[in-house]
Amino acid sequence: MSYTDKIKDVIEGSDVALFMKGTPSFVMCGNSDRALQALRRAGAPVTAVDILPDPQIRQELASISGWPTIPQVFVKGELVGGADIVEELEQSGELAATLRDKLGDDYAAARDETTVTLG
Amino acid sequence: MSTQPLRELLERAFPDATELDVVDRTGGGDHFQVIVTAPSLAGLSLVEQHRRVYEALSAPLGDGTIHELRIKTKGAS
Repeated sequence: MSYTDKIKDVIEGSDVALFMKGTPSFVMCGNSDRALQALRRAGAPVTAVDILPDPQIRQELASISGWPTIPQVFVKGELVGGADIVEELEQSGELAATLRDKLGDDYAAARDETTVTLG
Repeated sequence: MSTQPLRELLERAFPDATELDVVDRTGGGDHFQVIVTAPSLAGLSLVEQHRRVYEALSAPLGDGTIHELRIKTKGAS
C-alpha cells in the first residue's frame, strides 16, 4: 500500500504539519522533540504524524519533500525545515512571524495539537 | 567514522567556505554537528542551504554512517 496520498493530504490540509518519530505525548527522538518544543513555544497549532509505524512512511515522505531526515515541519504545505531550522527560526522570532503571516494574527488562539495515524 | 572524511566532502562542496567545522557530538562517530559559512549560500533560504549540506553528505547519510546530523549554515562570509 502507498501512503503518498495520505501524506500529501496532511501536508496540504494542515496549518502546521510535523512529521516526527513518536507522538507529541510520547516522543521517540531528541530531534523530533526539539522541533515540537520550538513549535509549542511559538504557539503553533500542530498536526503531528508518527512516521515510525511503517518505514515506508518515511521513504515516501522523503521523496515528496526532498528532505532526507526526520523531523520535517510544513506550514500551509510549504517545507520549513527540520529541527535545526525550526529551532533557529523560533529563537530569532521568524517562526512566529511566518505563522502570523500564513495563518493570521490569532493563529495561537486555538493551541490545538492533533495526532494523525497513517495506515 | 572520524570527522575528516566528512570535512573533505564539505570542502569539496563548499570551496569558498569561510567557516567549516565538523564536530563529533558524542564521540561515537555517528552523531555530527556541521557548521558551514560560505558566500555561495548567500541569498538561499535555510531549507536550500541545508539541502546543499545534505547533498554534499548524501553518501554517508545514505549508507547509515551518519546516524544524526545537526546543521548550522550561514550565507554571509
